[in-house]
Amino acid sequence: MITELVSSTVLIGILASGIRLATPYLYAAIGETFGQRSGVLNLGVEGQMLLGAFAAFYLVFMTGNLVLGLLAALAVGALMGLAMAFVTVNLKAEQGISGIGFYLFGLGMSDLLFQRMLGTVETVSGFSKVNIPFLSDIPVIGEILFRQNLLVYGAFALVPIAWFVLNKTTLGLKIRAVGENPEAADSLGVSVAKVRYFTIILGGMLSGIAGASLSIGLLNVFQQNMTSGLGFIAVALVYFGGWRPWGVLGGALLFSMVNSLQLWIQVLGIPIPSDIAVMMPYVLTILALVVTVSRVRGPSALTKPFGREE
Amino acid sequence: MQDRLNSLIDLLLPVFATLAALLVGAVMLLFLKVNPITAYSALWEGAFGSTNALAETLVKATPLLLVGVGICIAFRAGVINIGGEGQMVIGAILGTLIGLNLEGWPGWIVIFLALLGGFVGGAIWGGIPGLLKAYFNVNEILSTIMMNAIAVQMMNFLLRGPMIDPSQAELASKIPQTARLLEAFRLPRLVPTRLHLGAAIAVVLAILVYILLWRTTLGYRIRAVGQSPQAARYAGISVKRHIVLALLFSGAFAGLAGATQVFGVNYRMITDGSATGFTGSAGFNGIVAALFGQLHPIGTIPASILFGALLVGANKMQRVVQVPSALIIALNGLVVVFVVSSEIWRERRQRDRLRAAAIEGEADASGPSPAVDPEVGI
Repeated sequence: MITELVSSTVLIGILASGIRLATPYLYAAIGETFGQRSGVLNLGVEGQMLLGAFAAFYLVFMTGNLVLGLLAALAVGALMGLAMAFVTVNLKAEQGISGIGFYLFGLGMSDLLFQRMLGTVETVSGFSKVNIPFLSDIPVIGEILFRQNLLVYGAFALVPIAWFVLNKTTLGLKIRAVGENPEAADSLGVSVAKVRYFTIILGGMLSGIAGASLSIGLLNVFQQNMTSGLGFIAVALVYFGGWRPWGVLGGALLFSMVNSLQLWIQVLGIPIPSDIAVMMPYVLTILALVVTVSRVRGPSALTKPFGREE
Repeated sequence: MQDRLNSLIDLLLPVFATLAALLVGAVMLLFLKVNPITAYSALWEGAFGSTNALAETLVKATPLLLVGVGICIAFRAGVINIGGEGQMVIGAILGTLIGLNLEGWPGWIVIFLALLGGFVGGAIWGGIPGLLKAYFNVNEILSTIMMNAIAVQMMNFLLRGPMIDPSQAELASKIPQTARLLEAFRLPRLVPTRLHLGAAIAVVLAILVYILLWRTTLGYRIRAVGQSPQAARYAGISVKRHIVLALLFSGAFAGLAGATQVFGVNYRMITDGSATGFTGSAGFNGIVAALFGQLHPIGTIPASILFGALLVGANKMQRVVQVPSALIIALNGLVVVFVVSSEIWRERRQRDRLRAAAIEGEADASGPSPAVDPEVGI
C-alpha cells in the first residue's frame, strides 16, 4: 500500500488536490493579512465565508450564472466587512469578541437562509477546470498546476498582488503605518479610520470569495456549517505566515497538502485512523505558531483601537 | 445619585443590546413573512410556559453557566478563551472513561470522580494554550481554536474505536457512541423533570468563583494581571504563572460542563463528527452569557438562564412558526456584537467620572478620590 502512495499518479493526484484545497485558505488568509497589517484582527472570517458561500450558491442555483454568484459573495462579504469596520473602528469594540459575534451571526444566518430558501442539499455546476494552453501539457507540473478552475488561479495570483500592494505601493505603506504606529500615521495626515475601513471591507470581500470557492468551485453544494472551522484556520495562517503574503502561501500549501494526503490515505484505504490524520494539520499549526510567533513580530497596533486623545 | 444612575445604566446595557438584537430578529421574521409576535410568544412559551419548559431552560443554562464562569476568570486575567468547545469534549471524555471503568463502585464516589475528571480534563486542555501563551507568546485565541479541532478528532477517534459501545462494535454500520452509564452513576434529578444536580453545582461554583476572584489573593492577582500586566509585574506578581492559571481554571469549568452533560443529560457520549453535536455550541454560547453577565460570575447566572431560555424556546418557535432555530444563533451573535459595541459608552462615562474626580481632587487635595471603580469595566 505504501508503494501505491508513492506511485506517480497518486502523487500527482495528491499534489493537484492539495493545490485546489489551498484556494479557500488563500482568499480568506490574504484578506485577513490586509486587515491585520492595518491593526485589525477579524475573527469573523468563518461567518463571512459561510454567508458568502450561501449567497454565491443560491444565485448560481437560481440563475446558473457564475458571475452573479461571485458578485453576490463579494457583496455579502463587503457588507459583513462594513459592519465589522463600524464596530471596531468607530465603536472601538474588542476585536476578538466582536469577531466571534459576527461568526455566530454568519453561522446562524446562513443556516437559517439555507433552511428557508433551499431546504435540502442541492448541487450546482460551478466553475469547471480550465486547461491553460501549453502550460497544462507540461508533464507532471502541468497536471498539478495548470488544470484547475479559475478560482484556484485567482487565489494563487492574489499572493504576488497582495505582496506588491503591501510592499511597493503608497496604499501598502499607509496600511503598514496604520498597523505599526497609528498615532504617527495620523499626524502625517493618513486617515487611520479610512485605511482600516478599506482593509476590513477588502478582507470581508475576499472571505466571501473564499466561501464561494467552496460552494461554487470545489464542492458545488451548500450545507450548514460547511466551512467547519476553515475560516479560523485562515486566521491562524496569517500568524503562521508572519503577516507576509508569501508566508501565508507557504502555510496554506502546507495545510492543504497535509489535508490532501489525509484524504488520499482514506481513499486508498491505508490503515491509519482518519480522525488522527485529520488532527495532524491542527497539531502542525500549533507547533508552527510556537516556532514562528516567537521569531516574527506582528503589527504593533494589532487589536488596538485608535482614537485621538481628546 | 449620579453614580448610582450610571451604574444602573451600565447594568442595563446588555439588556438593551438583547432587545436590539430581538428587534433585528423581528425585522428578519417579517422578511420571512412570519408574525414576530407569534414567533416570540412561542419562544416564551417554549422556555417558560410549563414546569417542564422551565426545567429544560435550566438544563440548557447549566453548561452555559459553567463555561461562562470559566470565561469570566480568563477575561479577568486579560486572556480570551475560545476553546470551550474542545475543553468540554475532553472533560466529557475523561469523565466518561471514569464512569465506564469503575463498575461496582459506589455511585456517589464515581460521580464525584467523574466530575473531577471532567474538571481536570478541561484544565489540561485550557492549560496547554495557557503555557503556549505565557512562554511562547502564542495567541491564545488561535491555539484554543486549534485545540477545539484536535479535541473533536480525538472524540471521533475514541468513539469509533477504543471507547465504542460493545453492542455497536459488532454491527456493520456502527453508531459512534459509548455504552450507557449505569443508573447509579447518573447525576440525581432535582424535580421530576430532566433538571439535574449539575444545575445546583453550577450555581454554587459561580458563587465560589466570585469569592475566588474578589476575596482571595489569587483572585486579586489574576485581576491585577488582567488590568495591567506591567503594573502587576512591578508589584511582583508573576504574569506568566497567572495567565496559565487563569486559562487552566477557565478550561476546567468548561471540562466540568462537558462531564455534567454526559452524567446529567445524555448518559453517554455520541458524536456526529462535529463538536457542536455534543456541546450544542455551549462553548461559544458560554462566552455570550459571560459577556452578558458583565464578566461577573454572579451576573452570568441570570445571563445563562436567559440564553438557555432563548435556545430552548427557539425549538418551540421552530415547531410553531417553522422558523429554523438557527435564527437564535444569529441573534446570539448580534447580542455579542451589540454588547461589545456598547462598551464605548461605559468607557466614555468612566472617563468623564475620572475627569470630574480629578477636578474635585484639585479643589480638595485631601479628599479621597477613588478615581476608577475597579469593579467596573473589563
